[in-house]
Amino acid sequence: MHALDIDYMLGLVPILLSYLPLTLEMAAAGMACALVLACLLAVIRVSRVPGLNAFALLFISFFRGTPLLVQLFLFYYGLPQVLTFLVAINGVTATILGLTLHFSAYMAESIRAAIVGIDRSQTEAALSIGMTRAQLMRRIVLPQATRVATPTLMNYFIDMIKSTSLAFTLGVTELMGATQKEAAGSFLYFEAFLVVAVIYWIVVEALSWVQKWLEQRLNRAYQR
Amino acid sequence: MIELKGIRKQFGSHIVFDDVDLQLERGEIIVIVGPSGTGKSTLLRCINFLETPDAGQLTVGDLSLDATTATRDQILALRRRTAFVFQNYALFANKTALQNIAEGMIVVDGIAKREAYARAREILGRIGLADKADAYPAALSGGQQQRVGIGRAMAANAEVILFDEPTSSLDPQWVEEVLGLMKQLAAEHQTMIVVTHEMQFAREVADRVVFMDQGGIIEQAPPSELFSHPKDERTQQFLRKILAANKS
Ligand SMILES: Nc1ncnc2c1ncn2[C@@H]1O[C@H](COP(=O)(O)OP(=O)(O)O)[C@@H](O)[C@H]1O
Ligand SMILES: [Mg+2]
Repeated sequence: MHALDIDYMLGLVPILLSYLPLTLEMAAAGMACALVLACLLAVIRVSRVPGLNAFALLFISFFRGTPLLVQLFLFYYGLPQVLTFLVAINGVTATILGLTLHFSAYMAESIRAAIVGIDRSQTEAALSIGMTRAQLMRRIVLPQATRVATPTLMNYFIDMIKSTSLAFTLGVTELMGATQKEAAGSFLYFEAFLVVAVIYWIVVEALSWVQKWLEQRLNRAYQR
Repeated sequence: MIELKGIRKQFGSHIVFDDVDLQLERGEIIVIVGPSGTGKSTLLRCINFLETPDAGQLTVGDLSLDATTATRDQILALRRRTAFVFQNYALFANKTALQNIAEGMIVVDGIAKREAYARAREILGRIGLADKADAYPAALSGGQQQRVGIGRAMAANAEVILFDEPTSSLDPQWVEEVLGLMKQLAAEHQTMIVVTHEMQFAREVADRVVFMDQGGIIEQAPPSELFSHPKDERTQQFLRKILAANKS
């Protein structure tokens, strides 16, 4: 047993922090794409669009039913063998794709639940003034449903930030990948992984604060 | 002109009404009364296809359609020519009073935002809520919400406004302000069909009162005639009951 090498840890902080932007960018891109896809899936599920509904169910079932790591390997190592035009796919893109598909499956279910929870009479009111179903969804239902679902969606976002660490298995040097490299050079594994753990922890805590603040604001929304 | 011909609606094997005919001239005001569960709401909802009639023809203004062959476009066209006021107001919870009124003009009629908001403000003035433009429904009283609901219907510039028990969900203290607004619309010769239990309103405002019971329309006549000389026994019985209930 040796004493913690505090100097090494402090020196590591700025090095690792320089990889934080990539981690956050992957999470943000994944979240944005996942939100769009999840809304689409949720609307398909709620309106029971024939054919598409069966596809949505299958999609959701598959991406919730298999580990994210397996999905990432499937996209990055497996898919290019079948779809040769994907050979050029890089690790960052594959990660964002994997996060998008995986998390959209979960988020679709929360958004669907929120949509179903919206008073049916608003739907009838929108139809009665001549709105199409698409207008009704875009203008009335989805804005309310995403608000209702926001706390849950924030949880998925936090989960997604942590899940970006899997990108290092695709050879991406993000926060986790950089730590791995630093640790392999210094052999100070405990120090290195402790530092990266604390960095993730602080980021997630900060987001939890944002989440609380957002929830309070959302609770007051539409009230004045 | 509004015309319903041979309208039938059934839920499963339960036929709510069959072969219903009803005509309104422009500017006419019809009040529909009758026991609950007899299909008054269903009939109103058939007029704008919130329920799809199982048979019959509908004419609203320049649009005629057959219930069994109506296309999506015809239904949208029909809904643009009608407006609906709901018992539970059914305001858009994510829109302010002003936006609730302007929404249809912007999204359905394609009117420019500035223009739509200007017209919505003018309507807010007419319904006495000019100071509530930026209030969300949750911050309004029941009476105010229903006035916005009526304002939203006014904004649709419809051939006919359909009212489904507009005061039945209201606390008693708000009923008069909503009836007052409806009388104001009546005075402006807005064509309307009103389902209500407010007999006094029917007496004062209706050109014609329609009595509905199981199976459809039993009889219709100007209020003075229907209330004093109901022909059908079911009408007599219904009126006795409701007048007794109103006295107590
Ligand atoms: N969506 C529906 N599904 C099945 N039955 C319905 C539905 N809506 C109404 N009904 C039935 O149709 C009949 C008429 O209902 P309704 O039009 O609401 O009557 P009213 O407005 O006169 O009280 C009732 O027997 C009611 O149970
Ligand atoms: Mg009813």
